[in-house]
Amino acid sequence: MSVIYLLITISIVVAIVFLVAFIKAVKSGQYDDDYTPSVRMLFDDELVKKENPNKLIQTEKQKSI
Amino acid sequence: MDTENCFHCGNEIIKKDEIVFDEKKFCCNGCKTVYEIFSQNDLTCYYDFQAAPGATPQDIQGKYDFLDNEEIGTKLLEFQERSTHIVSLYIPHIHCSSCIWILENLQKLQPGINASQVNFGEKKVRITFNPEQTSLKDIVYLLSSIGYEPYISLENFDEGKKKIDRTLIYKIGVAFFCFGNIMLLSFPEYFEVEEYWIDQYRGFFRWLIFGLSLPTFIYSASGYYVSAWKSMKSGLLNIDIPIALGIVVMFIRSTVDIIFDFGQGFFDSMAGLIFFMLLGKLFQQKTYDFLSFERDYKSYFPIAITKVLPNGEEESVQVYDIQKGDRLLIRNQELIPVDGILISEKASIDYSFVTGEAVPIEKKSGDKVFAGGKQMGKVIEMEVLFSVSQSYLTQLWSNDVFQKRVAQQHKNITDRISRYFTPALLILAIVSFIYWIFIDVQTAFNVFTAILIVACPCALALTAPFTLGNVLRILGNRKLYLKNALVIEQLAKVDTIVFDKTGTITTNKKTAITYEGTELNASELRLLKNVLRGSNHPLSRRLYDFIPNQEKVETTSFEEIIGKGIFAEIEGNTVKLGSSQFLKTMTENTHKKTKVHVEINGVYKGSYVFNNQYRKGLEQLFDDLSKHYNLVVLSGDNDGERSILEKMLPAKTTLVFNQKPEQKLQYIEQLQKEGKNVMMVGDGLNDAGALAQSNLGLSISENVNVFSPACDGILDATQFDKIGFYMRYSKNAMKTIYMSFGLSLLYNVVGLSYAVTGKLDPIVAAIIMPLSTITIVSFVTILTNLYASKK
Repeated sequence: MSVIYLLITISIVVAIVFLVAFIKAVKSGQYDDDYTPSVRMLFDDELVKKENPNKLIQTEKQKSI
Repeated sequence: MDTENCFHCGNEIIKKDEIVFDEKKFCCNGCKTVYEIFSQNDLTCYYDFQAAPGATPQDIQGKYDFLDNEEIGTKLLEFQERSTHIVSLYIPHIHCSSCIWILENLQKLQPGINASQVNFGEKKVRITFNPEQTSLKDIVYLLSSIGYEPYISLENFDEGKKKIDRTLIYKIGVAFFCFGNIMLLSFPEYFEVEEYWIDQYRGFFRWLIFGLSLPTFIYSASGYYVSAWKSMKSGLLNIDIPIALGIVVMFIRSTVDIIFDFGQGFFDSMAGLIFFMLLGKLFQQKTYDFLSFERDYKSYFPIAITKVLPNGEEESVQVYDIQKGDRLLIRNQELIPVDGILISEKASIDYSFVTGEAVPIEKKSGDKVFAGGKQMGKVIEMEVLFSVSQSYLTQLWSNDVFQKRVAQQHKNITDRISRYFTPALLILAIVSFIYWIFIDVQTAFNVFTAILIVACPCALALTAPFTLGNVLRILGNRKLYLKNALVIEQLAKVDTIVFDKTGTITTNKKTAITYEGTELNASELRLLKNVLRGSNHPLSRRLYDFIPNQEKVETTSFEEIIGKGIFAEIEGNTVKLGSSQFLKTMTENTHKKTKVHVEINGVYKGSYVFNNQYRKGLEQLFDDLSKHYNLVVLSGDNDGERSILEKMLPAKTTLVFNQKPEQKLQYIEQLQKEGKNVMMVGDGLNDAGALAQSNLGLSISENVNVFSPACDGILDATQFDKIGFYMRYSKNAMKTIYMSFGLSLLYNVVGLSYAVTGKLDPIVAAIIMPLSTITIVSFVTILTNLYASKK
């Protein structure tokens, strides 16, 4: 029957871990700017797509020279 | 008209200036250069995220030389180590995703920059760089060359590192953690099943709940105890007293309940209550990071200025180090930081920061020049008369209003209600306690505590934050940015509105130009336009834009006499433009209007008159407002426009002219002594005193990101004609609050009817509390949005 003590203790500990993680995240300033990261996230994809052809063209040009 | 727009900055291209490069069209060389820089560095994606995102780079030669001064540079840096420096720069132009993208790819443009990160909300970029490979000055020049000129002012120099207060978030996090777990653990008991295992573990559950409630009770709710204690000490009964009382009573009664095994207590309701109320606080705390409502002269003034040493050498000195007798060098577009005497022959000074008046004022050698003016044109030299803090303009800030502002206590609507609510609640609790004590002592205590618990004005306390927070957001979307939620209550109470004239009810952007005199023929217009091309005087620029496009002809000789006018020879004709003094053909006393006179081949033709143009919708707005408010126009100018204003504005409007900044302040003070609730609408630094003195200072700004004096709210100039709507809306917001006060009191009455009869179950409390919260929040959200959609 004492399994209930164990289970509840585990559940509280897990919850505390998340609480600590949350507080740490806030402390590090993660939530201070809630707009820029959402935009920044989209950039990497675009960069890969656009830059590769650009570079390709350049190298081709260089080859032709 | 050709309406093609520049590929870089989106401005309309004037056909003759058009530059085609790489099959793209640009409005000027500056824009083309930026495009060139980007395309050479594979950064043309800049134009993919947003069409025409750029700004034309300004000429800043010499403007940032002071960054070479080590002491000043160090002050600006956020972090400093041998090979790593970090600096945060405020860049007003940041406005779209392209901006973020280019600024975060700065390392591709300049070696030595290791990383850069944009904070869009604050319009700041944080750059990490290696000082051995590049310097702060180089970075600033790079940013300026791509159209992202940072804004560096005296304020940056003074401010230390800002501490961000995140306690509220921590408190909410803790409260939510406790609330969630307590709710979960309380469930078995809600259903009151008399099962063996629940009986067995009841004690464990209850004490665990007790333990979980401690962090909320002690940490999360601490703000309420402090505030309640403070308000009791100062003899005011604010809403935090019944809240703190409710929380404490709830905690004690629940603890007693579980110690003596009477029941499970109200820990769940307590944690929920604290959580919801903190959430309300967070909601009300809407701030506009990129705006500053506390600006004083410091955010306008440069950090450093060029000083001429006795041996003729030039040196950058910090503005605070300027002493009486120093000689300063002021370059084109630089701000004069102190009062002084002009040494150079002539200067043309634009006082638009101070007065809102865009036309520069001419000064001669020996004239006094005042701090806050911007030199237009050549480099000038001046001798310092007063140090920064003693100058004419800065002295305004030593006025009391700027100090007492902070301490000014404002009683908000919730506190006013609670003045009646709190005593009523206490009386009810005591009366029922006395009634029950004759019947049953145990029940008497139960009833007494139950009343305090149920009546804990959670919904009442949430009403105002949620309504005002929502209104603040709606107004923000409509380009009225208010400092905080209290301002909305103030807005609803205003009965007198005072407007500044120049820059507030007039716009300095579009000045209507009319021509008086002999009609000019096409060839004369052509001469005029070509002469104007060479001049950088603001009036010339405006006139240049006003005259229709003409064929381009080079001038054979061109002379601009600063402060007077232009004398030019073109295709064998002589053209003389400028003030009436300059033309020596005084036809009338014209000092009440801004005019540019024209003389061609020695024959006086006429003059272009620059009328102050009033903002769109001004008459309509004043007509509307005059029905409900006293209106005053308070101007620093002479009364040249009195007759026009009298005709335009409702007869009730009071017009006051020739007001100095202190006089404006005193005028507002006078009105307040008469018992008026004054709103001041102004723009320039000369209104700063009046804005601070008034009950509500609203600052009109053409560009909300940059210049506005300290105030309670910043209004985008394009929304000027909506002031009437904002006033009505604020009143409706207050109405909403009163209605939902009624609603929450209804909930209190229901809860109290349980409490007084001694039948309050923890489960009833646990249901009523969140239910009332949800009702109130949805009620006010719907209603405020409804009012906003009404015009």
